[in-house]
Amino acid sequence: MGIMVVIGSCLALFFVLAILTLLWPGIGLRLSYGATMLLCLIILFCAASSLLAGNSITSVMLPIGLPNVGMRLRIDALSAFFLVVVNLGAAISSLFAMGYGVHEKRPGRVLPFYPSFIAAMNLVVLADDAFTFLLAWETMSLTSWALVMSNEEKETQRAGLVYFVMASFSAAMLLFSFGLLAGAGGAYGFDEIRASNPSAWTAGIVLILVLLGAGSKAGVFPVHVWLPLAHPAAPSHVSALMSGVMTKVAIYGAIRILFDLVGSAMVWWWAVPVLIVAGATALMGVLYALMQHDLKRLLAYHTVENIGIILIGVGLAIAFRANGLNAAAALAMSAALLHVFNHSLFKSLLFLGSGAVLHATGERDIDHLGGLIHKMPYTAFFFLAGSAAISALPPLNGFVSEWLTFQSILASPGLAQASLKFLIPVIGVMLALAAALAAACFVKAFGVTFLGRARSQAAHEAKETDNYSLTAMGLLALFCLMIGILPSFAVDALRPVVGMLTSGTLPPQDIGPAPLTLIPFANGRSSYNGMIIFIFLLLSGGTTAWFIHHFASRAIRFGNLWDCGHREDNPLAQYTAASFSQPIRRVFGGQVFRAREQVDMPPPGDSAAAVFKSRLVDPAWFLIMSPLARLLEIATSRTDFLQRLTIRRYLALVFLWVVMLLIVVAIWN
Amino acid sequence: MQGFNVDTSHFLAGAVLVCSFALLYQARLFALLNVFAVQSMMLALAVGWQAHVQQAGHLYITAALALVMKGMIIPGALRRIVQNMKIHRTIETVVSVNLAMLAGVGLTILSIMVVFPIARMAGGLAREDLAFALTIILIGMLVMITRRNAISQIIGFMSLENGLILAATGAKGMPLVVEVSVASSVLIAFFVFGIFIFRIREHFDSVDVDQLSAKRGDVE
Amino acid sequence: MELIVGLFMQGLQMMLVLLVAPALVGLVRKVHARLLMRRGPSIFQPYRDLLRLTRKEALVAKNASWLFRVAPYLIFSSVWVASALVPTFATGLIFNWLADILAIVALLATARFAMALAGMDVGTSFGGLGSSREMTISSLAEPAMLMIVFTIALVAGTTQLSAIAGFMAHQPVGLRVSLGLALVSLVIVAVAENARIPVDNPATHLELTMIHEAMVLEYSGRHLALIEAAAATKLLLYMSLIICLFFPFGVATAEGALGAQFAGIVIWLVKLSIGALLLAFGETVVAKMRLFRVAEFLGVALVLGLLSMIFLFVLKGL
Repeated sequence: MGIMVVIGSCLALFFVLAILTLLWPGIGLRLSYGATMLLCLIILFCAASSLLAGNSITSVMLPIGLPNVGMRLRIDALSAFFLVVVNLGAAISSLFAMGYGVHEKRPGRVLPFYPSFIAAMNLVVLADDAFTFLLAWETMSLTSWALVMSNEEKETQRAGLVYFVMASFSAAMLLFSFGLLAGAGGAYGFDEIRASNPSAWTAGIVLILVLLGAGSKAGVFPVHVWLPLAHPAAPSHVSALMSGVMTKVAIYGAIRILFDLVGSAMVWWWAVPVLIVAGATALMGVLYALMQHDLKRLLAYHTVENIGIILIGVGLAIAFRANGLNAAAALAMSAALLHVFNHSLFKSLLFLGSGAVLHATGERDIDHLGGLIHKMPYTAFFFLAGSAAISALPPLNGFVSEWLTFQSILASPGLAQASLKFLIPVIGVMLALAAALAAACFVKAFGVTFLGRARSQAAHEAKETDNYSLTAMGLLALFCLMIGILPSFAVDALRPVVGMLTSGTLPPQDIGPAPLTLIPFANGRSSYNGMIIFIFLLLSGGTTAWFIHHFASRAIRFGNLWDCGHREDNPLAQYTAASFSQPIRRVFGGQVFRAREQVDMPPPGDSAAAVFKSRLVDPAWFLIMSPLARLLEIATSRTDFLQRLTIRRYLALVFLWVVMLLIVVAIWN
Repeated sequence: MQGFNVDTSHFLAGAVLVCSFALLYQARLFALLNVFAVQSMMLALAVGWQAHVQQAGHLYITAALALVMKGMIIPGALRRIVQNMKIHRTIETVVSVNLAMLAGVGLTILSIMVVFPIARMAGGLAREDLAFALTIILIGMLVMITRRNAISQIIGFMSLENGLILAATGAKGMPLVVEVSVASSVLIAFFVFGIFIFRIREHFDSVDVDQLSAKRGDVE
Repeated sequence: MELIVGLFMQGLQMMLVLLVAPALVGLVRKVHARLLMRRGPSIFQPYRDLLRLTRKEALVAKNASWLFRVAPYLIFSSVWVASALVPTFATGLIFNWLADILAIVALLATARFAMALAGMDVGTSFGGLGSSREMTISSLAEPAMLMIVFTIALVAGTTQLSAIAGFMAHQPVGLRVSLGLALVSLVIVAVAENARIPVDNPATHLELTMIHEAMVLEYSGRHLALIEAAAATKLLLYMSLIICLFFPFGVATAEGALGAQFAGIVIWLVKLSIGALLLAFGETVVAKMRLFRVAEFLGVALVLGLLSMIFLFVLKGL
């Protein structure tokens, strides 16, 4: 109970802070962000203690809200975990913003909405009835929309419009699903919904609605179209929050509804659409990312890819749980939840790094950057750590969640349904391809931005960012390493959550052949020890270096780079983002993006420049969104005449409608 | 011994299937003809093995027919046609090779999921080979629709026939009459296609089927 | 006492892979030369090359960063740790539970990531060319590798190499189309990952044909020695992996007698030599492919992996 009071007052203080900054815009930026960070840390501490305490459930009912329902809040293991995710990301983004926020041109457009955004996200996770959930969800959308619109460039208008439409769409889908679940009696509290037994049809429709609604907010293909427009447009610390944290809140919504509220009606075929959509999302996300040369848009598409990876874990958990294989379901769910946490860490790190670069150079286009590792060494190092983590390289944390996901894929032959047994390895192939392409994309992103030579004056004159930003990024990089070499602690912390969702658990992590080993299956048939591999790498690298320096040579001489005999001074002759991804564009882009390249070479002797044009078509817009938009336009233009009727005609319409409703009631009775 | 028989027939049927995938991979016409010849030889081996296991003498004749006709005569004749008519020797594909091969894998899964529930009563031997044979038929069709070259469409059709023969041998007690009719239908098809190609060669300058549709005479 | 013996055996395997790798590369070159009617350099020439390189001064571009100088050590240690985990002459060594195929593949991915970044560090077109081609090829090889792992794990029930080797050595495997296809798939992936013909030519320096060599063009002296040693060790790793997964006969167990261990080493060396012979023969017979045909070649590996999984499901009865 005490925890709920503390958290509740923190949330109230968020809104108070928002109102204060609205009324007094002169309030110190550092003060505002610092206060936000402090509040987030308090909630983080409470949530972490609740999570580690095991299966504690605290709920409270406030007398505000709908009559007979009130506003119910609840902390159980699942909420506690997602509160940890939300508040850790928010705290570190606030720390970053204490240094970065001074570059905001109109802070009055950002400061009031930032704490309310965080408060709304916390409220979504705490909500225990449909009304509170949807109210908080919409507040989350609105405040983040306001934050996106604070940017004053011309691309923001389209971003804002698309985001607004898609956010309304997702809320509508969730509204319908809650309406179906609550039934005719209007029992909107989650407790009542849990107790009711929805029919198979209802549960199936709820699955589709949740995939569309929560999936759109999370960034599932093809309803992800707002994400690469909106996330880059927001200020960098807000982008980190939107990508790293808000998408996870959407995942929370999906898991809460599918596993907790309608979990009793879960059947095996639910896994099929979830897995197919997840695999497509992962693959399409990374292919889109490879075609980008805007750093923040690239990172936004990678969020789409990682949401696909998380949903693969969720789909596997559904398949295993519906078949009664609870231990395997626990493994899959642990993998998914660990990836939720890991992704919030390294995606925030990468977005904060891109913010630092944006501030230092004023450029988001990586084709105008280069050589920043010399000018911004710490930022480069932390960005490198984030890139290595997202590429799933041992001994960092991305590898741990990927390894667990692969291990749960390898447990799939125990399933009973043939279609699942064939589908899951195919999804595994898509996952492996997405992971490998992600590594390629981050070699490109890091290599073109930070390595090489500076391609523009702005890159030449970049300077390192301030200490707040560096501390924030450093903390995130440290967490990435810690989870990578001490994964069993994280997995053990997830036990109550996983047990609540799947009624199964991973084996206790201390029975392994060595301390700190990660053991997915009880009979110890596969294991991974991040710490020992890290130690091996350090030892072997260190002894090799010592040996060579002592017994061979330490001499080093500096010279010009290799230029085939003629002086190559032009830094524009380096590989750009488009050149780096050209082989991949050739292999995959032709089918997926209808990629067409065209080179106009001037005739020999003419010293005009050659022109290279690359044309890509976004399949989500081209195949799905644009036809839908056109359909909507046709429908609205056909019904436009309804706007210009006479009064008599309007009265006739009302009369006809009333008569029709009465007929329906008569037939139904 | 039962295990060894089953393993060998699976191995041989699987080899014919892998040759089907190899047909999807080839980019050159002569290589395509060679792979088709290898597929027919593997088919002959598979049918011969079935003949030995099922103690069915007439199947030896089918195997010999497959080996001689489809393994040697037809590929040789097609090779002569290609050389004499100086047909363009790289095969243009409609979809990329990777996508075609992945579609082939999808067809394999589809055939397995179709055949397995139906044929559960028929005994172990027939079921897997029937699934493989259905896949070979479907991949033969896939070769026909994803290639722009008339020769490769003939090869696709022939490999489809290979699949039919493999399916027929899996079922016990298939009389020779049916096999002879199958072989003759292949021959007739070959004649038809051959004449077609000669006609095409005379009137137009290429055996690229896509160019034919431009000459179709519809209002464009 | 047992702990000390166990650590000694593991340490022996670590040093063995490092010491045998250059000889393996030398053997491949020797056989290749003989097939081309040349005498070829001695099998021990790579040792002399490595020694010479370590003693030379390293020439580094003025605008290279710390990443350029640290990367060779990271590459070398990742590949060395990975290959020290693959069972060579005995299963059941003291750290065998660490030898998960997925972890080993991921360690190689770390090495490749570092090498690709090092290629981009100096800012020449060659480096970018090598890095982009290398990342493309590796991203196409990963799904095939996963399918192979899946097929093996389906048969053996685990991804731990030691347990798989033990399983395969003592099981009547019989005529399994599925495992044969997985073997072909793994050979294709190994050829692609080790930059051998038909994917990449390890002896060329023409920009149209380089992939691996383009990334390391700027390196010299001890850095180049480390990278070459890492490449040789990677080749040894893949050969040991193929032997361990598909031909593990004669491998000793760690608790066995000393004679069995020694015999295990000899048998392993014999199998490696056969592998080197086959590799050299293959390189002589086949021509290098165009870069975009390599994508289709690796697609074949993926399809064979998928087919082997399907065949296994069919055989095991759905």
